[in-house]
Amino acid sequence: MFLSARPFAGGIHPKGFKELTEDKYIDRLDSPDHLYLNLQQRNGAKLVSLVEVGETVFKGQLLAKGSSDMAVPLHSPVNGKLEAIKEVTSPHPAGLKTSCMVLSNNGDPRWGEDHRPCDYRQLTPEQIIQKVLNAGIVGLGGAAFPTGVKLRLARQAKVHTLLINGGECEPYLTCDDRLMREQAAEIVSGVQMMLKALGAQQAIIAVEDNKGEAIAMMADAIAELPQISLKSVPSLYPMGSERHLIKAVTGEMVPPGQLSTKLGILVNNVATARAVFHAVRFSRPLIERVITVSGAAVEEPGNLVVPIGTLVSQLIAQCGGLKVDAARLVAGGPMMGQALPSPFVPTDKSIGGVLALTESELRQEQSHACVRCGSCVEACPMGLMPFQMAAYSRVSDWPQAQHFGLDNCLLCGACSYVCPSKIPLVQYFQHARGNLNAQRSMRQKSAHARELTQARQLRLAKEAEAKKAAKAAKASKRKRPARRRAASGGEE
Amino acid sequence: MSKMLALASPHTHAGTSTTRLMYIVAACLLPAAAAGVLYFGLPALIVLASCIAAACLSEWLCLLLRRRDWRACMDGSALLTGLLLAMSLPASTPWWVAAFGSAFAIIIGKQVFGGLGHNPFNPAMLGRVMLLICFPVELTDWRAIATPDFADGEIILSAAWQGIDAISAATPLYNMAEGLSLVELVSGAHPGSLGETSSILILLGGLALVWLKIIRPVIPVALLLGLGAPALVAHLIAPESFDSILHHWLSGGTMLAAFFIATDLVSSPTSNKGQWVFGLGCGLLIWLIRSFGSYPEGVAFAVLIMNAATPVIDHYLRPAVFGSQSAHLQ
Repeated sequence: MFLSARPFAGGIHPKGFKELTEDKYIDRLDSPDHLYLNLQQRNGAKLVSLVEVGETVFKGQLLAKGSSDMAVPLHSPVNGKLEAIKEVTSPHPAGLKTSCMVLSNNGDPRWGEDHRPCDYRQLTPEQIIQKVLNAGIVGLGGAAFPTGVKLRLARQAKVHTLLINGGECEPYLTCDDRLMREQAAEIVSGVQMMLKALGAQQAIIAVEDNKGEAIAMMADAIAELPQISLKSVPSLYPMGSERHLIKAVTGEMVPPGQLSTKLGILVNNVATARAVFHAVRFSRPLIERVITVSGAAVEEPGNLVVPIGTLVSQLIAQCGGLKVDAARLVAGGPMMGQALPSPFVPTDKSIGGVLALTESELRQEQSHACVRCGSCVEACPMGLMPFQMAAYSRVSDWPQAQHFGLDNCLLCGACSYVCPSKIPLVQYFQHARGNLNAQRSMRQKSAHARELTQARQLRLAKEAEAKKAAKAAKASKRKRPARRRAASGGEE
Repeated sequence: MSKMLALASPHTHAGTSTTRLMYIVAACLLPAAAAGVLYFGLPALIVLASCIAAACLSEWLCLLLRRRDWRACMDGSALLTGLLLAMSLPASTPWWVAAFGSAFAIIIGKQVFGGLGHNPFNPAMLGRVMLLICFPVELTDWRAIATPDFADGEIILSAAWQGIDAISAATPLYNMAEGLSLVELVSGAHPGSLGETSSILILLGGLALVWLKIIRPVIPVALLLGLGAPALVAHLIAPESFDSILHHWLSGGTMLAAFFIATDLVSSPTSNKGQWVFGLGCGLLIWLIRSFGSYPEGVAFAVLIMNAATPVIDHYLRPAVFGSQSAHLQ
């Protein structure tokens, strides 16, 4: 049947809006005056500043680090001074304030240290992984998982294939597309380094078939590398999802609740591969990334190289500013991105797009009753029943929501996109997930407390016993001479 | 920037709406309804109008009583229920019977359960079955067609077309032995319910719905298969006591059921597998009721019975979770 032509069941074809930016060269953001580096990371890890307020910092200097590899170190994107460490509104939709390092920039573009080129072939896999960890690289596709940790775990799992994600299925975003067109050689070098670090046999670069020029450039770059191949996959949202890309490229499916390493496959984004190249080849930390600034409410959409920690307002200003009909700012793509509370929030390593959308793009309307039309079931790439999950989430019946697949949901938004009743399905799922997470951490806390109490009781009992034993020993010690006395008395 | 509607992703939408869906379905039904008016005359128009008006009015009243936004009475769903019910009635139905059935469909069939999206049964079919039981005479009073003559550029409307002195006749399902030509069956120029006779127009409307991606083709195909397969076998074995497959497909409410009634979003299963079972079940039940039941037509009963089975179907036949097929890895 024609269904077999689809790379996976479900999925949607949202309007792309890529034409706004796909033919514009990546530009460099004018050096910003101030940068705001978040000491609280997305995964909750907290970093500790290594510099005092008022100290001079140089470009590439290590500024903050955490207690484990899951806390990714921060480096200074500019030359200047640490002005303060204070609470700044973060790019969280609720406008939470988090502790940030505020840097002033003196405008000098030079790196603080000369970085001598280094040949990765002379390095051991562990050395490559260490360099990636030291450079503070995270997955630049959006999830922001520490790349070094990912490589190390995959090496331990004996991964045989490295899949490079050039899907970029989110509408509007073209930063990966532009990067592949302009920096194909650097991406491919990064892929070779990751191959060496993993000890994997092959790498496959997968690109959606609507990016013809990117495919041509990548094909050129891998021409003489037998280990690396290129695969064009159909454009279908969410092709950029790890599981769906693996299915489209290899035909294999990662079982629910498992990681792709189970199949011997590791997925990394193209921009991450390029960051790995810079980290290994030049020992340069991740201090900037390409961000797509787009949407109908931006005067001149484009792609910009942006230092980490730049305010969103600065990006928009360089793109000609906002139009009057701007209705919402979004960090990331329109399908999975987060609404920004204000333009005065700093970007971080995970933000690949800043969109200013108008009402007509949002198409946000009051939701109606579910008519059980099944559009969401048809659109769901995970084979779930979103309308049931939403109905149960709505009445706070979490177990039933989980029963209908809440834990397998990608929050990709395909269901909300097609829903004719305009039900905010993803919002229900996020709400349910949040509650389940809170429950889980409560359970963990109380289990921990119980453990502690039990341990204390055990300790007290042991102590009491020890005391008793000591008492008994003492008593017997006291008694024995008495007995002896008695015995001797008897002899007398 | 201050509009605080759902701030969760996605920040875009396909632009579809249920109201649009309902009106497209109604538009796809119009050619067949127009054919009904052409064949059966003014009485057909009166039935159509009274059904639709009664449906919208009772929806409005219920919404008022339930303190909901009363403007939702024009969201197309009540209109569609009224239209579908009217099309499944004989043109000779008195207007008050039609209106009563329509009001019953909306109030008891839909609003009592909580309005749009909550009705377990197809409201139009519920209305039709109620009328069939309460008004058996009016509901089986089939009239011969009274197509206007188009001679010499003049339209001659017979008295029968205008609703006077209409001639009673038997529908093809009542009287199979008489036999109608294929052309008559396809064009709808034969006695029957006012909107069910023109199979070709209903089929075209249905195909338009599939093409517009308003409905998935699963239920229509499954229903026609479920009805066609047993009809084919039985007719081959005993042609004198069982109707042919074409007769089953093209007469009565089969086409309307396949594309417009069984595909009702609310009361049909949502998964692909579930829709196959639902469609096949409807088809088989139609054949059984027509061949062995005491009623000549079984569409309404078949759809209602399968509606009742929908929660069970939805419970057991769910789509496979992505990756669950590679269970050997778990």
